[in-house]
Amino acid sequence: MSLWKHYLLPTSIQEAVDALSELDGTSAVIAGGTDLLLDLDQGRHPPVDTMVDITRIDELQQVRVEPEGIFIGAAVTHNEIIHNPVLKENVRCLVEGCGLIGGPQVRNVATIGGNVAHALPAGDGTIALVALDAQACIVNSEGETWLPIGDLFAGPGVTTFDRSRELIKGFRIPLSGPGEGSAFDRVMRPQGVAIAILNMAVWMRFASDGSIESARIAVGPGGPTPFRAHALEDLLSGRIIDADTLHESARTLQDEIKLRTSPYRATEAYRRHLIATLLDRTIGRISAQLLE
Amino acid sequence: MDRLKLMVNGEEHVVEVAPGEMLSDVLRYRLGLTGTKIACEEAECGACTVLLEDQPVLSCTMPAMKTDGKTLLTIEGLRSNGELHPLQDAFVKHGAVQCGFCIPGQIMTGYALLTDNQDPSEEDIRYALRDTLCRCGAYPRIITAVQAAAQSLRSGSPVSEPVMQVSGDERVVGRYAWRPDAIAKVDGTAMYSDDYEFPGMLHGAVLRAGVPHGIVRAIELEQARAVEGVHTILTAPDVPGRVNHGVVYHDWPALVGIGEKVRYVGDAIAIVVADTRGIAEQALGRIGVEIEALPVVTDPVEAYQSDAPRVHQDGNLLKHIKVRKGDVDLGFEQADVILDRVYFTPAMDHVFMEPECSIARITDDDRVEVYVGSQIPYEDREQIAAALGVDESRVRVIGTLIGGGFGGKEDIAGQIHAALAAYHTGRPVKILFDRHESLIVHPKRHATQIRVRLGAKRDGTLVAAQTELYGDTGAYASLGDKVMGRATTHSAGPYVIPHVKSDCYAMYTNNPPAGAFRGFGALQSIFAIETAMDELAEMLDIERVTLRRKNALRKGSIANTGQILDESVGLIDCIERVQARLEEVAGKDPFTARQVVGEPHLSRAWGFAVAFKNTGLGEGAPDRATAEVELLPDGTVEARTSSAEIGQGLVTVLQLIAAEEMGLPLESVRVLLSDTDLTPDGGPTTGSRQTYISGNAVRHAASALRDSISATLAEKFEVPPGSIRYVEGLAQVNGQQIMMDRVASIMNEEGRKPLVSFEYWAPETYPLGTEGDKHFAFSFAAQAAEVEVDLLTGEVRVLRVIAANDVGRAINPLGLLGQVEGGVIMGVGHALTEEFILEGGEVWTDQLARYRMPSIAQTPEIESIVVEHPTSEGPYGAKGVGEISSMPTIPAITNAIYNACGVRLRKIPVDQDWLALEIARKAPDGA
Repeated sequence: MSLWKHYLLPTSIQEAVDALSELDGTSAVIAGGTDLLLDLDQGRHPPVDTMVDITRIDELQQVRVEPEGIFIGAAVTHNEIIHNPVLKENVRCLVEGCGLIGGPQVRNVATIGGNVAHALPAGDGTIALVALDAQACIVNSEGETWLPIGDLFAGPGVTTFDRSRELIKGFRIPLSGPGEGSAFDRVMRPQGVAIAILNMAVWMRFASDGSIESARIAVGPGGPTPFRAHALEDLLSGRIIDADTLHESARTLQDEIKLRTSPYRATEAYRRHLIATLLDRTIGRISAQLLE
Repeated sequence: MDRLKLMVNGEEHVVEVAPGEMLSDVLRYRLGLTGTKIACEEAECGACTVLLEDQPVLSCTMPAMKTDGKTLLTIEGLRSNGELHPLQDAFVKHGAVQCGFCIPGQIMTGYALLTDNQDPSEEDIRYALRDTLCRCGAYPRIITAVQAAAQSLRSGSPVSEPVMQVSGDERVVGRYAWRPDAIAKVDGTAMYSDDYEFPGMLHGAVLRAGVPHGIVRAIELEQARAVEGVHTILTAPDVPGRVNHGVVYHDWPALVGIGEKVRYVGDAIAIVVADTRGIAEQALGRIGVEIEALPVVTDPVEAYQSDAPRVHQDGNLLKHIKVRKGDVDLGFEQADVILDRVYFTPAMDHVFMEPECSIARITDDDRVEVYVGSQIPYEDREQIAAALGVDESRVRVIGTLIGGGFGGKEDIAGQIHAALAAYHTGRPVKILFDRHESLIVHPKRHATQIRVRLGAKRDGTLVAAQTELYGDTGAYASLGDKVMGRATTHSAGPYVIPHVKSDCYAMYTNNPPAGAFRGFGALQSIFAIETAMDELAEMLDIERVTLRRKNALRKGSIANTGQILDESVGLIDCIERVQARLEEVAGKDPFTARQVVGEPHLSRAWGFAVAFKNTGLGEGAPDRATAEVELLPDGTVEARTSSAEIGQGLVTVLQLIAAEEMGLPLESVRVLLSDTDLTPDGGPTTGSRQTYISGNAVRHAASALRDSISATLAEKFEVPPGSIRYVEGLAQVNGQQIMMDRVASIMNEEGRKPLVSFEYWAPETYPLGTEGDKHFAFSFAAQAAEVEVDLLTGEVRVLRVIAANDVGRAINPLGLLGQVEGGVIMGVGHALTEEFILEGGEVWTDQLARYRMPSIAQTPEIESIVVEHPTSEGPYGAKGVGEISSMPTIPAITNAIYNACGVRLRKIPVDQDWLALEIARKAPDGA
């Protein structure tokens, strides 16, 4: 059975949002389609009358440095992200996360906006953006709104914006300053669906004395939406990285996160067990980066 | 319909596309570019990779309209001026091609890599190809081929050929040869079933029961019939002949009718025949079916209980299989040490890359022709004819190329349904499974529970073995009793044990049927016994390899079935060769855990295991194959038999044998397989039997043809027949060179058709429980595997495998290497990635995303050691290898994991979650 009836290829944001508005909820925005098409085919997404393909809109494909930070268009693909020198320099955890997804065929079409719009609690690109404190720009026929990326998620696969009427234009991330670094890591299972058992992105800024000035940590799945570890971030502020800090960090994160058992994927106990390892690895890599 | 304009391989096309069409649909069905393959339709496997604006993308999940105005390159576009691209050439020469179905995807992805990187490292290749799956496991050859192509592209010189070890001193047998079917497989012209189109062809889709056990009370077809484009809908009463099919027992209904029983979720209820597959699938959704649910039994041990729900009228026991030798109670009385353990293996899926497809059509002379990739064409013919109620002579089965089988294409899939649809509509009908249907419907590997009791003396001498096996054969027998028979006879391992008692219960359940799968029951048993042997070695404090060597079968030993092994027993040799090599690469203490320098959480160790596997059917089943060899008027020779090329390399083996016997160059010999009108019956492609059985048939036919030619030439030229020589494609008679086309015409002039048909019968075997040999040959193997366990996360990587296989004789060294490496990689998958998961008879692993086969990223470095203890009846001494190469890999890996981290695995696949928590439990302070 056909997954859609009409296929539109707008070339401007205005054209796209006008079409969405006119179609009044019967359409879906498609970029790479790697998640959406499978959801449609396997019945997890309601049938769609019209696909609005946003991959021919120039602005959504851009990565550019603006005064407020780096803009990454929603339709930028994972492969473009991992090969972009500006992103490698400034948002290491995003580049690392996107490099772990799929093979080149999937990375060539799967977009960062699609990863976010899919709203999984453990999307690799999404978790990285959450740790980077990205701002997201949502557009509809009325205009555009910037909001913190964490505000986009309402539940597993559920967004606060209306995906049949609105689209993500892109993300803005502050440029990396001195003493700042980030890292991403995840643990996978060789059987079953290729979604991380647990992933983690960490961003840190160090003061000149080597202590942590500020940290942001995102973990998935740690609840119905991408999880931000605020208690751990508070703990880390002002600390130096040593065995005690790492040990306390793991305890703090284990206390604040809501882990659960996913059938055929991971037990709650195993996820809890992995927290210390992922913290060690990500924080260790950030320390190493800053020594480079 | 939308108008789509695109540039494909330099040519502009404008086509109308329907809503929902993917790029792969446009390429395959609108432009006829069938080189691009579809294997999953869920962006998992990479087979459908094409280049869009020079970048690799998956065409099966790319909406066609996305490519409007864009430029595409497909596998058909790689040849230039008629010449293969160096990457295509390298795939052919380096043996990277087996079944061929994934190859277009591998080559297109590799081509894109080479465009960006002229000198890719092995790591670069693994990263680029990590989501492009090959079930034959040709990954090591693919890496070699990509590097050979890169070298050729950089230097401008032709692609190098691999240097292969030569076996023996024959002229072509035992020497390097690339497979003749490889060229079509690398340039996109190879034709698999779904690549065929016929004028007026309709498409069938089958409604599956969806419930594991119940009685069909009603089938409502009105609404489905009303869908525009639906031609007919067939149900059980539309089967004119025998409703039930089955390779051994006819217990599997082609369609389940009203009042009849559904026994698993994949049972067929109705066949919709429509103008397109899409319409047929849409109509399926409008059929109303009422099934009264019955209690479900899904575990073979529960199925054996007397109060279990009955799957079949006669109960749930398909067969109780027994092996008895000596007096097992006496044996255990003599033992100083007794080990008693239970092991578990899950159901597994073959995941051949090519999903099942059958096309049936009625010919002008009113026969039924079925195009299908089948491992047993003559069996298919019998079953199709019986279902239609016609004589077998009215049915022709034409084997197309097969995109992998591994035992999973022995049973009927869509053959009968397509034939019924053609019979009722008079039109050609194609029935193509998608991956989802393939996973649900076809028989799996038997899930087993195997209890092993071993009794040994202090010095390690085995004195008794008792095994108890339960095998889940699912809803229908398929080859269940044969598979579990092999599990039983192999369950005490390749060891000399005076007292053996084995009992196996092959049980019906409401799970999908289980049948043949590479290793055929013996694989499960080898996991159990070879884990038990390591456990016993630890109990006895005897080194594991020493314990095995001490008890290993050798020439003159009496096997557990009472058979005396009087020749071709290379087990000790395999063990010693692996042990020697292991010492070279890993020192004297390879089985002790070693921390990786600088990474104290990573622990490495080697593990060891052995295996044996019968060649051929055995246990009293008549094992024969017929082959024809003919000298054609153009001077070339054709060898014909119905046996199947499923990727294993049979075509090359038969080509080598015929060329050897006829004294011809390889390129003068063509092999034609799998056509019940044109090729004589070669029997089933199963049980590692083709090289031996069909190989012998071709060998005898070819040598008889050569003798017949010599006799004719001797008469004509009045020379002794023995003086005639065949050199480089010419007959030498009395110093005169005669071209083979001239020889063919001389034969015809003399009234002797230059054709010999030979029916080869393998040595007789006898059923279990009787005297005499149960099998006419066994292959033996030993393997060592090195693993790295992450003590913190439980992640396991297999780093290196050393594999020694006693194959009797290496007829086709490149093909043999492919079988060994591919077998090892499948073993890695079975140990680490694969589990077919069922919930109350419903399939959870109903997508490729949920059933993982090993990728290039999981491929270890594999070293193959060829051990040759010839068997006197085998062609040039050869015996089977197709199955044994996977078998020791699994316990070698799980034993290595124990050695690395101290956690014993008695169940596969390895559960990383459980393993990590066990490691933590044993060492509370962490690594």
